[in-house]
Amino acid sequence: MGTPATTTARPAPARRSRPAPPPRLRTPRRRRGGSPARPRRSVLLTALSALVVLYTLVPLAWLVISATKTQSGLAGSFGLWFDGDFAFFGNIADTFTYDDGVFTRWLLNTLLYVVLGAGGATFLAVLGGYALAKFDFPGRRGVFAVVIGAVAVPGTALAVPTFLMFSEMGLTNTPWAVIIPSLISPFGLYLMWVFATEAIPAELMEAARVDGAGEIRTFFQVCLPLLAPGTVTVLLFTMVQTWNNYFLPLIMIKDPDWYPLTLGLKSWNDQASTAGGEPVFHLVITGSLLTIVPLVAAFLLLQRFWQSGLAAGSVKQ
Amino acid sequence: MLWRPSGATEKGTAMATPQSVYAGRTASPPARRARRSWTGWGFIGPFTLVFALVFLAPIAYSVHLSLFQDRLVGGTTFVGLDNYEQALRDSEFWAGLGRVSLFLAVQVPVMLFLALLMALALDSGRLYGKGFFRVTIFLPYAVPAVVATLMWGFMYGTRFGLLGDVNEALGTSLPDPLSPDLVLASIGTIVTWEFVGYNMLIFYAALRVIPHSLYEAAEIDGAGQLRVITAIKLPAIRGALVIATIFSIIGSFQLFNEPSILQSLAPNAITTSYTPNLYTYALSFSGQQHNYAATVAIVMGLVTMVIAYVVQLRGMRKAA
Repeated sequence: MGTPATTTARPAPARRSRPAPPPRLRTPRRRRGGSPARPRRSVLLTALSALVVLYTLVPLAWLVISATKTQSGLAGSFGLWFDGDFAFFGNIADTFTYDDGVFTRWLLNTLLYVVLGAGGATFLAVLGGYALAKFDFPGRRGVFAVVIGAVAVPGTALAVPTFLMFSEMGLTNTPWAVIIPSLISPFGLYLMWVFATEAIPAELMEAARVDGAGEIRTFFQVCLPLLAPGTVTVLLFTMVQTWNNYFLPLIMIKDPDWYPLTLGLKSWNDQASTAGGEPVFHLVITGSLLTIVPLVAAFLLLQRFWQSGLAAGSVKQ
Repeated sequence: MLWRPSGATEKGTAMATPQSVYAGRTASPPARRARRSWTGWGFIGPFTLVFALVFLAPIAYSVHLSLFQDRLVGGTTFVGLDNYEQALRDSEFWAGLGRVSLFLAVQVPVMLFLALLMALALDSGRLYGKGFFRVTIFLPYAVPAVVATLMWGFMYGTRFGLLGDVNEALGTSLPDPLSPDLVLASIGTIVTWEFVGYNMLIFYAALRVIPHSLYEAAEIDGAGQLRVITAIKLPAIRGALVIATIFSIIGSFQLFNEPSILQSLAPNAITTSYTPNLYTYALSFSGQQHNYAATVAIVMGLVTMVIAYVVQLRGMRKAA
């Protein structure tokens, strides 16, 4: 879609520039321009890109608007506009109080899984990445090869045996069944490896050792602070994974008291199709909105971190 | 993370792209200074331990399970490769595999092409409000697959679907996206929605590190924008393209969340063996056929790895 616009718009300035290179020298190149000529803003390209934004935003707009409707309003009014009565706050209150406040319980469960799962995953990845980057130990290459190779193994190939193993260990239907598998993030390990290689000068570690600091002290007091930007990126992405996890809790958790939000919302949604179940679609919708708000907020507020984090691996080039 | 591969593993891409190429060659940075000792194990040990528990042990157990059968008479018996033979003759399995292959052949190119176009548009510096585009297109990535599917499901649905509203308002009769013919395309729309922005950012990050001296040289040679894209930009981000493709393939073969959640809305269109993953799930958790489920999962794993490997070989060979 965007290509024709770019290409038809571009050749003119590029070709014009050939006969007269000297004047170009006067214009300092824009750091992020990324084009041979000075980037000239294009209305057409912007309009075409806006179509993609429409695709990404319409469902979210629908969700926000629908969260203001009562259950009958949902069925009776146009999806992308507000209904007569504004039930947003009522819906939120209902979401939190319905079924003895089970939504709050799911929210706390999710927080527990995120704090222990994502926090633990980040911690293990930072330790491991640091070791891979800064120590030469027997089997180092082997560890790295196995971890990277394992990324390609489909998750479901592991799901059934993990479930059976955990059920023999008595871990299913407990928070541990969700937390323990969340602790491994090969991506996080990789990022921290790359990051630590760059961020920690070997001289600094030598200096710390010469000053008599032990390995643990060197890590926590000297190196860990230098790893902070990479750590935040890994933490953000592992948090999203854990917060959004569905398949793992689906197989591991049978007791609704230990559901995370994702499973809980699904169970509310399915309530309508079970015999004698009360449809609560307005709560499903409001609950969905409440589920994504923290993550969207985190991404918007921490833009600087994750965007530089995504680029972190590329900088070296 | 292994449980949400289409998103999770893809994250490796951003970093893996330009880096891995170099990492292999410049080789072990620590070798320069660090002493070869067991100290490193103190730090990597915890990761390795948990990794063995949640990755290596299940794989080994899976292989073990696939070689046995639970029989009414005689209990669990060793059956060699019988389960694999059964899987290869299982028409439900093949139908599911065919379905995800079709999905893969259509959805992945569409999504990656769209992501690439948007990344090139961002990188061209020709958009008004670049930051807005970058963030809004990425936002769906932060939405859980469950919420995304519920939301799209409502919009697709007849109950209070947006589609019904549009039909009513415009007097049109758009086809039901949850009918058996269209449901796969509808799932593709959801998955594309979830990951297009993520892939866009990966491509964009790779584009940003292209040295500007190349563009200047191209400009002096009189290359147009299209030529710059085909001759400089695309080759420079080939690594990112290959890896994004590989992880999208893995994600497609593991398709589970979206069809599983849409199932309650479209029970006729989405059967319990709609995708190989749904099939595995149904086999082990509704059917209690753990051994056969493990076999199907292993076969799928092998198929995925072979295809990912072929794509990687082809992608890298072109680069040479």
